[in-house]
Amino acid sequence: MHAHDAAPAAHGRRKLHPAPVRIMHWINALAMFIMIGSGWKIYDDNVLFGWLHIPESLTFGRWLQHGLEWHFFGMWFLALNGLAYVAYGLATGRFRRMLLPLRARELVATFKDALRLRLAHDDLTHYNAVQKLLYIGVILVGILIVLSGLALWKPVQLSELLALFGSFQNARLVHFLCMSAIVLFVLVHVALALLVPRTLLAMITGGPAVSREPARNPS
Amino acid sequence: MTLRPPSPSLFRPARPPARDLLEENRHLIRDIDRRGVLRGTLSLGALALLGGCDVTESDQVQAVLRAVSGWNDRVQAWLFRPDHLAPTFSEAEVVKPPRFNAYYDIEEVKPVVAANWTLELGGRVASKRPWSLAEIEALPQQELIIRHICVAGWDYIGQWSGVNLRLFLERVGADLSAKYIAFRCADGYFESIDMPSALHPQTILATRYAKEPIADPFGFPLRLRTATKLGFKNPKWIVSMAVTNDFPDSFYRQQGYNWFSGI
Repeated sequence: MHAHDAAPAAHGRRKLHPAPVRIMHWINALAMFIMIGSGWKIYDDNVLFGWLHIPESLTFGRWLQHGLEWHFFGMWFLALNGLAYVAYGLATGRFRRMLLPLRARELVATFKDALRLRLAHDDLTHYNAVQKLLYIGVILVGILIVLSGLALWKPVQLSELLALFGSFQNARLVHFLCMSAIVLFVLVHVALALLVPRTLLAMITGGPAVSREPARNPS
Repeated sequence: MTLRPPSPSLFRPARPPARDLLEENRHLIRDIDRRGVLRGTLSLGALALLGGCDVTESDQVQAVLRAVSGWNDRVQAWLFRPDHLAPTFSEAEVVKPPRFNAYYDIEEVKPVVAANWTLELGGRVASKRPWSLAEIEALPQQELIIRHICVAGWDYIGQWSGVNLRLFLERVGADLSAKYIAFRCADGYFESIDMPSALHPQTILATRYAKEPIADPFGFPLRLRTATKLGFKNPKWIVSMAVTNDFPDSFYRQQGYNWFSGI
């Protein structure tokens, strides 16, 4: 792993979100929109929980077959884009630079600040501990939702993978819980981005230039 | 698939119309389908709400989705492991009776009379002589206790026995290098599978469930059971089988489901 992003700007400085990150972010947003909406359509045809039916107006596709068509269309974008993103994050050192280190004490302090609505966000280039935890968490959940999805798509050809989840219905449950976690993440993520519109803008234009030095460790 | 769940509607007739009448006018009925109108209205609502998100019905979008589904068929054929066995289970886990599913309700099943029934053969087979149930049951029997998975998401463990399909195809002199096996059923259903799946060791022409003749709703006298496909790829009440190189299509593919539907 190397501590350089792929597209450094002039004078050894690059933007906070280099172009590949921005492109992959928005492809992922669209793929997630398709996967969640069509997944809800598929869920509704045979619900896991009798008390939970997703309103038809929120589902993607008209009937079950259309939900399936969209899901097996969107999966290529979600999985290949996700794979590229993880490879990029590891290879360029972006994950290590932006998401590590994650310290328990700092996490508790940030969480308390957040509850008192006293979070500072004047520096876009530095993630606080809660942000780091959420981003690491959603990346891991993203990996798990793809793995459980593969097990559901190919429970016989990939029977070894399904065995890790126990049973077919367990894999469905894991897939569903991952979706729920991602939806919660998206709600928080979008709400905060709208509260601090500069963060949203940064994911479109690239944001402020940052030095190529590793990010400073917070005190 | 619960495409046509039993409706609790007040408007549901107490006595269903004659089956052949429904069959004859299937397209007409689909056009005026009450649920279709209802769903159409809901979709229209969604369209208004989401500002044009429900684009599934447009022809161009359907063409793209169908093309990707065709690509997914090829990927699945490539992923298929001909010798990899599906997990099997113990007799104690078998669900009796099995779970019913068709494109109509269970009360509408028209039983097949064994005495009048034969299995017709067609296409690339040396011997096209029809087979009686007794002749098929006299062939070596194979039992599978395997998981049945529906495209809708439910599953159960079933205990099926009958003749291995590869053995049967060899017995009738089928061209095993052909691409497809096409099935036609007593209720008008039609389905087809790829040759590698047909030749998988866990693919049988089932005549028994839990050691008893298969009950009427589940495909008496003969149905396909393969461990490597979703439930709807296992046609029931089979009346004819053909070996062919021309893509034979399937009932549910025509409605937008993926054709290969391997698991």
